[in-house]
Amino acid sequence: MDTSTLAIEVNGISKSYGTVKALEHVSLEVQRGEIFGLIGPDGAGKTTLFKILVTLLNADEGNAKVDGLDVVADYRKVRSRVGYMPGKFSLYPDLTIEENMEFFATLFGVTVEQNYDLVAPIYKQIEPFKKRRAGRLSGGMKQKLALSCALIHKPSVLFLDEPTTGVDAVSRSEFWDMLHNLREQGLSILVSTPYMDEASRCDRIALCNNGRVLDIDSPQHMVEKFDGKLYGIKAHDMYALLKSLREENSIANCYTAGEYHHLLADSGFDAQAIEQRLVDLGHEELEIKPIVPDIEDVFIKLLSNEQH
Amino acid sequence: MSNTDFIIQVKDLTKQFGTFTAVDHITFEVERGEIFGFLGANGAGKTTAMRMLCGLSYPTSGSGTVAGFDVVKEGEKIKRHIGYMSQRFSLYDDLTMMENMELFGGIYGVKSRELKERATALLHKLEFIEERDTMVGSLPLGWKQKLAFAVATLHRPEIVFLDEPTGGVDPITRRQFWEMIYQAASEGTTIFVTTHYMDEAEYCNRISMMVDGKIKALDTPANLKKSFNAASMDQVFRILARDAQRGD
Amino acid sequence: MRGFLKFVKKETLHILRDSRTMLIALLMPVVQILLFGFAISTEVNNVNVAVVVPKWDEQIRQSINKLSSNPYITYKGAIAEHEIDQNLRSGKVDAIVVFAHDFDRLMTQWKQNGNGKAAMQFIMDASNTNTAQAGAGYLNNILAGELMQSNSLVETHMLFNPQMKSAFNFVPGIMGMIFILICAMLTSVAIVREKETGTMDVLLVSPVRPLTIILAKMTPYFILSCINLTTILLLARFVLGIPMSGNLSSIIVVSLVYLLLSLSLGLLISTIAKQQIVALLISAAVMIMPIVMLSGMMFPVENMPAVLKPVSAIVPARWYIDAMRKLLIQGASFGLILKDFLILVGMTLALLAIALKNFKDKLE
Repeated sequence: MDTSTLAIEVNGISKSYGTVKALEHVSLEVQRGEIFGLIGPDGAGKTTLFKILVTLLNADEGNAKVDGLDVVADYRKVRSRVGYMPGKFSLYPDLTIEENMEFFATLFGVTVEQNYDLVAPIYKQIEPFKKRRAGRLSGGMKQKLALSCALIHKPSVLFLDEPTTGVDAVSRSEFWDMLHNLREQGLSILVSTPYMDEASRCDRIALCNNGRVLDIDSPQHMVEKFDGKLYGIKAHDMYALLKSLREENSIANCYTAGEYHHLLADSGFDAQAIEQRLVDLGHEELEIKPIVPDIEDVFIKLLSNEQH
Repeated sequence: MSNTDFIIQVKDLTKQFGTFTAVDHITFEVERGEIFGFLGANGAGKTTAMRMLCGLSYPTSGSGTVAGFDVVKEGEKIKRHIGYMSQRFSLYDDLTMMENMELFGGIYGVKSRELKERATALLHKLEFIEERDTMVGSLPLGWKQKLAFAVATLHRPEIVFLDEPTGGVDPITRRQFWEMIYQAASEGTTIFVTTHYMDEAEYCNRISMMVDGKIKALDTPANLKKSFNAASMDQVFRILARDAQRGD
Repeated sequence: MRGFLKFVKKETLHILRDSRTMLIALLMPVVQILLFGFAISTEVNNVNVAVVVPKWDEQIRQSINKLSSNPYITYKGAIAEHEIDQNLRSGKVDAIVVFAHDFDRLMTQWKQNGNGKAAMQFIMDASNTNTAQAGAGYLNNILAGELMQSNSLVETHMLFNPQMKSAFNFVPGIMGMIFILICAMLTSVAIVREKETGTMDVLLVSPVRPLTIILAKMTPYFILSCINLTTILLLARFVLGIPMSGNLSSIIVVSLVYLLLSLSLGLLISTIAKQQIVALLISAAVMIMPIVMLSGMMFPVENMPAVLKPVSAIVPARWYIDAMRKLLIQGASFGLILKDFLILVGMTLALLAIALKNFKDKLE
C-alpha cells in the first residue's frame, strides 16, 4: 500500500439538485489508517458526499481523490479499491448469508476463502446462521453481513454511510469495536452517523449541516477548544425552569439536554444570583453545576454562531 | 388503585405469534402527565407492546386499560382517545401544513370551526403560520417532526405515543422537539416515547427497559443509574441488554 | 465468464425463491391459451331458437328437424305468436322463426321459380349484435340453404380456419402479449427492485461492467420465456389442434427476436422508473393496453380509424402477431413474413441501443 498519499482528499466539492444545494465547497482529508466521521443530521449532505467519493455521482465543482486516484478520471480503478455500505439495507433479502457473501465476492472477482482472514472476526459471528436468508436476520446481524460483504474484496478505503442508524445501542457499540479492529489492519474508514455520541469513537470528525462542514478536528480537541462556560441545571419542573432561564440576560443560550438543561454563560453571568432568583420564582430541588461540554454542545454552538 | 391516577395500567400483557412470545407478561403503570420512556433493544418486543397499547393488536392474554378503556375489548375507543406519531408514517407530503392538520383533526372528529382555531393557534406557536400553505414535502425534516407532533395532539388526547420521533434530526431541532414534549406534559398530556438515543432517556420521568419480551427494569433515570452503578443511561442499557437472547 | 454465471445463478435464485411470481409466469400462458381456446370465444355456438307454427305440415317438420339436429342451435320448441315478445325479453331464446301459414305452398313456389314471397321470418334478439348476426346467418344457411344452393351467386370457402375457430386467431395474440409481460415487465421490475433496495449502488460501485449486470439479469427471463414458447406451441398444436403449417424454425427465429425485443423494452423501462410500482404502471400503460387495442389481437388493424393505423405500426406486437398468424395458421413461407421480421429486428436494435445508452453506471 502506498502510504505517502492520503486515503481520501476532497477539494472544494459542490453539488446541487435543482435549486437545493446538497454540498457547498466541502474540503477534507482522511489520513491512512484513520477512522474519520462525518457527523450531522439528515440533509447535511453526507450521503451525497459518499456517492461522489464512491464514483456514483459527479460533483458540480471541485475534485476528489480516493486512494490517490481521481474519482472522475480513474473511476473504474477507484471502484475496485473501495468498500461501500450504503445507508439502505443493501443486501439481497431472498438470498442466504452465504449466497450474499459469495455473490459479492464474485462481483469483485475474488472468492470468500481468499480474503477470509480480513472478514473472519466479523463473519464468524454470523457464520452459524449462514443458511438463513438475509431478510430474516436481526438488525445487528444484517449490519455485520453488510460489513462482511463490503470487506470481502479487501478494499483499502471503507465507506460506511450511516451504518448504525436504527440499530440499538448495544449493537452500535459492537459495531464500533469492529471498526477499530479493521483500522488496526490498516484500513482507512470514512463513516457517517447522525448520532453525536458516536463522534468520540472516531479519530477525527467533520461536523456538517446543510451541505457545509462546520469544523474538522479530533473529537477531544473539538471539545477542549469550546470557548465559553457551560452549566447544567435542573429543578423539579423542568419546563418551567426552561422558561424562567429564557428570561435571564446573562445566558447566551439554554436548551434541554436530558436530566439537566444546558446553559451557556454570557458576560455578567453569576450562577449564585441566578440560583437565588430561581428560588424566588418558586423553583424546587434546584441544582446548578459547571459541566464539560460534549460534541452536541459544540455542534449547537457552531450552528447558532452560523445562524447569527 | 383507581383509574384516575394511571393513564396506562396493564397486567401480564402477552402477545404470542405461533410459538414465539413477542411480549411476555408485562405489568406496569404510567401516571397521568408523566413522560414515560419505553426502551429496549431491537426485537425486544417494544413495537408489539406499543401496538397493543394503541389498540392496533389484540393481546393473547393479560388485561389492562389505556386512557380508561380496556385493551382487549375497547381497541377502537382507545384509538380515538390517544395521539400517535411515528418516524415512518407522519404526514402527507403532497398536502399543505394546514390541509394535513385539517385532515387529521377531521379524522379524530374535531369540529371544523374549532379545528381551524386550534390549527391556527398551533401553527402560530410553532412559528409556522407564514408557511401554512406550503407543501409538507418541501419542509426540512425537523419541521415535519414538529408539525407531526402538533398534528398528533390536535384532538387534545390524554396520552400521546411517540415511536422514535427524533431519528435523524439535528441537535437543535431535537431539543426544540423535547421542549414541545415538556410543554405538552406540563399541560397534563401523558407522553409515551420510544427512542434509540440513550441520552434522550434522561429526559423522561420514568423509564422501562424491555429485554426479550419482558420488562427488566422500570424506574427514574437517576434511580436506574444508581442501582446499576452506571454513569449514563447508555451504560444501564448495555448492562441490561448484554444478555439479550434475540434480535429482531 | 465465471462471474457472469454466478450472476445468472443469483438472478435465478431470486426468481426461484419468489415462487408466486414464477408460478404466475409459468402458468399464465397455459391458463390463457386454455381460456381463450375453450372458455372464451367470439364464435357463437349456442343459439336458442323457438318456432311459431300457425299450421303444421311435413315441410315445416323437416325444417324443424334440420334446426334441432344442428350443433350450433338449441331447439326450444314451438310457442304461440303472442308469446314471442315475452320469450325474447326474458332471454329464454335468442331467435324465433315464424313460419308463414302457407309455408308449404310458398316454398314450392320458390323452388320452382327461384323467387316469391317471404316464407318465414327471423326475429332476433339483437341486444348482442354478435349473436344476432351469427344466429341469423346460421338460420339462413340451415333453413334457406337448399334454395341458395340451387341458384347461388356467391360461394364462400373458409380457408386456413375452415371452422372459423376463434382460438386460432387468439394464439398469436396471446403469444404477443405473454412475452412482453414476462420479458419486459418482470425484467424491468427486477432491475428497479435493485435500485429500490440500494443494492444497485453496490453493484455499480463494483468493477463489474453494466453490460454484464444487464445480460445476467436478462438471461433467466429469456430462459423462462423459451420454456413458455415451448409450452404455448405444444398446447397450440396438440390441445387446440392448430395446424402449424408454417416452418417451425421460422416460428422459433421470429419468436426469439421478439423475446429480445421485449427484454430490451424492459431494460428501457427500468432505466426510466425508480420504483417497482412505476415500472409496473409503465409496463401496463405502454405495453398491455396498446397490445390489446392496437396490435390486431382483438380488432383487425384494417378496421382501425386512419389516425390509429400509424400508431399501431409502432406497436411491436402488431408485427409479431401478424407474422405468427401467417406462420401458424396460413403456413406461409419465411419470404412472406420477411417484412414483419425485418421490422422486428430493426425495433429490437433501436430499443437496445436506447436502453444501453440510458443505462449509465453513474446515478445521474
